[in-house]
This record gives sequence, C-alpha cells and structure tokens, in this order.
Amino acid sequence: MDKTCPTLADAVAGIEDGASVMIGGFGGSGAPIELLHALVDRFRATGSPKNLTIVNNNAGNGGIGIAAMIAAGMVRKVICSFPRTSQPHAFNEKYASGELELELVPQGTLAERIRAGGAGIPAFYTPTGYGTDLAAGKPVAEFDGKHYIQERWLKADVALVKAEHGDAYGNLTYRLAARNFNPLMCMAAMHSIAQVTRIVPLGEIAPQDVITPGIFVNTVVEMPTPRQEETRVRDQEVY
Amino acid sequence: MTLPKLTNAQIAWRAAQDIADGAYVNLGIGLPELCARFQPEGRRAMFHTENGILGFGPAPEAGQEDWDVINAGKKAVTLSPGAAIFHHADSFAMVRGGHLDMAILGAFQVAATGDLANWRLGASGVPAVGGAMDLVNGVKQVVVLTDHVTKDGKPKLVDTCTYPLTGVGCVTRVYTSLAVIDIDPRGFVLREKPAGMSLDELQAVTGAPLHTDGPVADLTAPKVD
Repeated sequence: MDKTCPTLADAVAGIEDGASVMIGGFGGSGAPIELLHALVDRFRATGSPKNLTIVNNNAGNGGIGIAAMIAAGMVRKVICSFPRTSQPHAFNEKYASGELELELVPQGTLAERIRAGGAGIPAFYTPTGYGTDLAAGKPVAEFDGKHYIQERWLKADVALVKAEHGDAYGNLTYRLAARNFNPLMCMAAMHSIAQVTRIVPLGEIAPQDVITPGIFVNTVVEMPTPRQEETRVRDQEVY
Repeated sequence: MTLPKLTNAQIAWRAAQDIADGAYVNLGIGLPELCARFQPEGRRAMFHTENGILGFGPAPEAGQEDWDVINAGKKAVTLSPGAAIFHHADSFAMVRGGHLDMAILGAFQVAATGDLANWRLGASGVPAVGGAMDLVNGVKQVVVLTDHVTKDGKPKLVDTCTYPLTGVGCVTRVYTSLAVIDIDPRGFVLREKPAGMSLDELQAVTGAPLHTDGPVADLTAPKVD
C-alpha cells in the first residue's frame, strides 16, 4: 500500500465537474493553498473541474486559495459559517451577482455535520439555531424540556487538507492549531487528499501520535514549502 | 447632554472583574477580546477559541506571529503553558456540551427576555454567523458587552429584538458603557450605573423597563486602554 503521489497536479487530477469538495483550514491555518492552486491551474488549462460545491469555514480571502477558485469561476456554491474576511471581494462580487449560492451554517453545526457524515450518523439534534432564521424548515423536537433542531450529515466527494507529516499509509499529524476541520473532513469525504510538509517513513509517526488514521486518507502529496494565506494576503498576492 | 460613559476598554475591564479564577471562557471577536488584558491579579482564566485552542495568551510581538496559532478573529495569539489543541468537533463539544463557564459576546441588540441579535443587520449584505449560535446555546453563562446605545443614539437594550436572532432567552448579564444589568424573568434588572446619572436618565436611553432590586452600585472603572 502506497498512498503517496508525486505532484500536486496528479493529486487533484481526478476531481470531476460538479463535485462537492471539503477544504480544510480556518482562515489560513490548515488551508491547503497549494492544492487549491493546482486545481485552479487545471481549470485554467482544461475548463475543468467546474460547478464545484465547496465546504469551508470561510469563503476565501484576498486573491488566493478559495478566493482564487471563486474568482476563476469554478465554484457554484459555498457552504460555510463565516464568509466575511479582511478582503472578501471575490466572494462578495459573485454572491452579489447571483453566480454563487451560499448555505450559511453555524460553525459548530458545520463541524458536527461533517463529523456525522464521516461517522455514519445521518442526522442529529442540536440546540444551535433554535428560534432563529437558520432553523427554517428543520424538524424541531423537545428533549428533557428543551428544544432542539434536526441537522443532517454532510459528506463530500473530495476533501483537500493540509497536514504536517504524512506517511505512505495516509497517517497524518497537524501543526499546532492547523488541525481544526481537517481530521473531520478526511472522515467525511469519499476521497481525501492531504498535502503534507514532509512525507515520513512508516513508523516515524509513533502510533499514539497519529491524529488522522490513514484509513480516512487516500492520497498524500508532499509540499515542503507551503506559504500561509495570511502571508500571501499581506503581500497582496493574486493567484 | 454628554453621557458619563465608559470606553470600550473600560467596559472590558469591568466585565473582566467578574471572570472567576479557573473559569473556562470564550471571548467573542472585537470588544470582548479586550477582556483578556484585564484579568485581576492572582486569577487565571482559561480562554477557549472555536478553532481549537484552550489556554491561549496575548498577541505576540509584531513579526513573531505563528499563523497556526490564531483566535476566532484570525488574529495571532500565543500558547500559554498548559494549553491544549483539538479539532473542531471537540471544540464545539466543549461549547454545546456545557463545559465552558462563560461566553462573552458582542451584540447589535439584547432584549429584556434575554434574546440576542448579533449576526445579521437585515436581509441585505452578506450574512456571517460563525460560532455565535453554538455559544449562546451551550455555555453556562452568556454575557454581552456593548455600547449602551447605537452610534445614532438608539437603545441597544430593547423590549424585542428587531434584527434576526442569534439565540432565544440566552443572555443573563449585560455590561454596557452606562450600566451593568442582569436579565431574569422580570426583564432588565439594574445593578450598576454611573454616579452622575439618574435612573430616569438611564431609562431614557434604554428600550425596556429597568427594574431595581436593592441598591444600585456606582459603575466605575480605572483609566485603561
């Protein structure tokens, strides 16, 4: 078994038009910017993949990463909790023109829907959102005298995540708080692709230190010099 | 009339005096973030951020940022000794599961029923909710920090919220630029107000009745920034 892949372009070659794509990270931390740029390169060269539904906490910042995907016109819908950022123009323009659909999900509900998707739980009840506009149309139930709304699992065709170390079996570790949504998304996607700062030999990640077990990961590609979103946005980079 | 109001930093200072030693606390983006600066001597709260850190400390020096150590506002923070890192589902298990002692949030409006509106001003514009709806439904005590009135002088403490709700009956205490107010089944119960302001004057800039329940203390804060 060897899940390693030689290039970023090879890693994203199988993503199809209309796919749902979970993208890890919170702001720039844990965001697989270089994998996203490989996807933008493919779209520019071939016109595919297009009409993507992307799942992320945010909706892109500045002119890179998710914002570059949106600006390129390859995204149809965004499922996120917080599309407001320091430089949200890419999202705002397509949203205002009606080219981009938004499904707004409270952050904890987003995390739990993804976790449920990966764990085989089709729906669950949460207090979050009860009595608000975001509960519209959702079943309500009372448990022990308190109201809860039903939320459904969220699954995806593909997950794109950033990890620190990965091995040939797909075991992953994350750097500091770059963990965030990444382990959940690896569980919830049919095909999970991790860009890692270093591919390490089997056994170098001690079993008790594995954060995402390789069973949740399909492809591991090394990107030894990732540049964080915050640094790129500060430099006003446009991909 | 110029109101004898507290600055934002002073509102945060006042709220920080009520954070207990050992409390697990989530600070919302913006004004609530300032509370971390004003922890009283000898007390140590553990600050939680939605993106998966418990026990973060102050911002690093400029140039020392590590962008994998950020808070919910995407600002660089530091890790204090004893900090822990976890994924998003665990982070919100802490929130919804009743494990956090206190959430300190901002507000567009707070109603006398404890309803909170703080995520959307109306149908136009881009909505953004983040973790606010989770926090107001799971954390043991939800308090709000806010200016007492809007920029054009309208009450932010109201009878019924006119903006879309974040949560129903969730807020139990409000720290404003002019008052400390508890919310209980009677509605707003005034605890502190500036010494130079009468109850009638305060009532005039508050959108629902202010009840009293024993003496009202003077609202004071040192000069802080």
